[in-house]
Amino acid sequence: MPTTFIINGRTETVDLPPDMPLLWALRDGLNLTGTKFGCGVAACGACTVHVNGQAVRSCQTALGDVAGATVTTIEGLGNPAALHAVQAAWLAAQVAQCGYCQSGQIMQAAALLAETPNPTDAQIDEAMSGNLCRCGTYPRIRAAVQDAANRLKEA
Amino acid sequence: MGRVMKIARRGFLFGSVALIGGVAFGWYRYATPHGNPLESGLGAGEATLNPYVLIDANGVTVIAPRAEMGQGIHTTLAALVAEEMDLDWSTIRVIHGPASKAYYNAAILGEGVPFAPTDDSRLANTVRGAMDIPAKFLGLQITGGSSSIPDAYEKMRLAGAAARMALVEAAAARLNIPAAQLSTENGAVIAPDGTRIPYPDLAVDAARIDLRSEPALKPRESWRLLGRTLPRTDMLAKVTGTETFAIDLRLPGMRFATVRTNPRLGGAMLSYDAGVAESMPGVERIVPLENGVAVVATNTWIAMQAAATITFDWGAAPYPATSAEMADILRASFTPDHLDSTNRDDGDVDAALPPDAFTAEYTVPHLAHATMEPMSTAALLKDGHLTIWSGHQLPTQILKEAPEMTGLPPEAITVETLPMGGGFGRRAEMDIVRQAIIVAQAIEGTPVLVSWSREEDMTHDFYRPAAIARVRASVADGRITAFDFATACPSVVSSQMGRIGISLPGPDGTIVQGAWEQPYRLPNHRVTGYRAPPMAPLGSWRSVGASQNAFFHETAMDELAHLAGVDPIEFRLSQIDHAPSRTVLETVAELSGWGSTTPGRAKGVAFCLSFGVPTAQVIEVEDTPNGLRMTGAWIAADVGTALDPGNIEAQLQGAMIYGLSAAIRGEITFADGMVEQTNFWDYEPMRLSQCPPIRVQVLQNQTHIRGIGEPGTPPAAPALGNAIFALTGQRLRDLPFVRAVTFA
Repeated sequence: MPTTFIINGRTETVDLPPDMPLLWALRDGLNLTGTKFGCGVAACGACTVHVNGQAVRSCQTALGDVAGATVTTIEGLGNPAALHAVQAAWLAAQVAQCGYCQSGQIMQAAALLAETPNPTDAQIDEAMSGNLCRCGTYPRIRAAVQDAANRLKEA
Repeated sequence: MGRVMKIARRGFLFGSVALIGGVAFGWYRYATPHGNPLESGLGAGEATLNPYVLIDANGVTVIAPRAEMGQGIHTTLAALVAEEMDLDWSTIRVIHGPASKAYYNAAILGEGVPFAPTDDSRLANTVRGAMDIPAKFLGLQITGGSSSIPDAYEKMRLAGAAARMALVEAAAARLNIPAAQLSTENGAVIAPDGTRIPYPDLAVDAARIDLRSEPALKPRESWRLLGRTLPRTDMLAKVTGTETFAIDLRLPGMRFATVRTNPRLGGAMLSYDAGVAESMPGVERIVPLENGVAVVATNTWIAMQAAATITFDWGAAPYPATSAEMADILRASFTPDHLDSTNRDDGDVDAALPPDAFTAEYTVPHLAHATMEPMSTAALLKDGHLTIWSGHQLPTQILKEAPEMTGLPPEAITVETLPMGGGFGRRAEMDIVRQAIIVAQAIEGTPVLVSWSREEDMTHDFYRPAAIARVRASVADGRITAFDFATACPSVVSSQMGRIGISLPGPDGTIVQGAWEQPYRLPNHRVTGYRAPPMAPLGSWRSVGASQNAFFHETAMDELAHLAGVDPIEFRLSQIDHAPSRTVLETVAELSGWGSTTPGRAKGVAFCLSFGVPTAQVIEVEDTPNGLRMTGAWIAADVGTALDPGNIEAQLQGAMIYGLSAAIRGEITFADGMVEQTNFWDYEPMRLSQCPPIRVQVLQNQTHIRGIGEPGTPPAAPALGNAIFALTGQRLRDLPFVRAVTFA
């Protein structure tokens, strides 16, 4: 049964099983590979996307459940020519090492700042702790989230 | 191939080669048959200056022939060439380039010589230099061992300088002005009157020039790029989700596959029943592998769902079934017949040790690499040509094995080395690549991406081995009077090299790496390595042997400092005679406010010289109602010459966090021959909320330049354990610490 939803501002209909995780519909169905597969059990956050503005783990979100919803992936947050404030902060802080987890980190941070424009250190820790990074970029992630908060206020 | 003028210089040749369809000029190479692999791929109007420099109408592309796994190596390697060529960093382009023996790593074997990194004697340096010969013979294009920078530091600056020299001479001839009156800036030659000739306009002329003298390297005072923190060349792609890891490769008509192989590692597949899987919509093929099967489908998730339905009759594991049995074998390996090395034996340890000597036993478990990107490789066999796309630390091994597997000639194989979603030593292995080739053969003409589930990845790693150390020691008057360090561990190198058909002559230095070569000068000092029998498959895990030996060694040092009643940093300083090592300890003491105390908190210190880099770390812990919490961390490390301080800081922080993840909770256990941990919920790395602020000081007091990917890992676990002892009085001799204490 085809599923129709809004992805990064355009309406798409995909003919994939409705119980397929959104992650795999995005990656292998729509070739939106910016959203990463890390664990498949919502333990790492690499697959984080926004559904109706909320950060969700796309590996645990069934495709059928986003019918009619608005989905934003890292490709829709910003692009190399027009960065979102969070991406600009990540670039300025030179956060990424291998970079594999960073799409999920950025999507998580963007959702946090949309809801909590002035997060405390504790709020940042809480919001970002579901996103694993094996390279150990945590110190720079913390700095970049603070910087992004400032950029969003100035924007 | 035109003219080649030979000027012998430290084993290099300089010369020029004219090419059909493009030009190659001013290129130097080692005096080997490994030529310039870029020559065969030139398009019209493209030129290659040497194996590291490619020019087309749009500008210069630097070949950075080491795999980017997050360590920032493409940025720093490109900077070596860009510095000497005077390229504009904002327009820099860098690619990994083809797999080729021309890019063999001359420094990778240097760590294995039986001379301490602090030994700068003529003999030690001669032997290190001689390791170039087997390295060249093996032709291993390998990324690892923190060796990329030591390997490239001169080689790639010379490549840039030779290219610049040829371009300047071409401009001199065109303008009829002596080369000495020309300068270079932002990718162009500049004449005295300000005339600017971009490099692409000079490439063809430069091809006709033979370099008759060796190019001079810029003095360090003139560096514009090196020595500064540069924006990483891959950062924009990585913050926009546009970097293409192997798992992200998409080709028209691509199929998606996953595998299930015997969880008793190395055991056979006796039979399987894929009846259910074959009937599932979207499943196209079941491809038998040597020790399992691959499921080919239209979507990775469908392949994984189908693979989960397959039932197998697996053969037994060719090693003991449980971690407890493996530990028993380790404990029984401290015997003369297992003696692997006694790289240090100063004084007379046996005579100096009193009957009531300090004795302690330390243990570490197996560890998985757990890269964020699970194993993945894409392949396409079509029209007699095989292309493999893989994030790989040893791409020349693919070039070697692919013809053997397919019967294709070597020239029919292309290896595209893509950025890796983490490496840490895991992606020097061939398992996923062999699987991708087999599947590509089975569905010839169709591109396939093979991706592992996290569960397959966690349970089919090549693990950091479990190891045990026994320390006997004595102290008097605030100093160590005898120190006897013995460790037993299976050989990582023979396990790893055995899988690619290379045998290990002599001892495995990694068994005692991080222990025997430490710069402590003790009157009676012995370090003995015992090689336990091979058990589970092993691999290089960030910092290799130093990952366990620093824990053993530096926990023991801390115990002895307390036994001697001396401050742990003072204790080390009074017995280390290597000036740069002393300075890192003094620096970390100052940086961390060592000696000042915050109520409810305590600090611990550890030191390790690994991969030639003396590194000292201090960690502060606090006892909270929810458990222990790290409140601060400090690192001082000496790399000799810091090419990119910001990147070095990031590597040190990341390497420390990698070590802390292992120290707190990292443990792989075996039961019934299988790894018990399957995902991040039971092999959980450190999370952001647990990470302390980490301050870093990079020092440059050493003579030799060193790499920095690994040295930050070894001191992390002992620094944390020593801090916990300072806070609670509880001495933790076994990793991971979560077995004994609770963390917030």
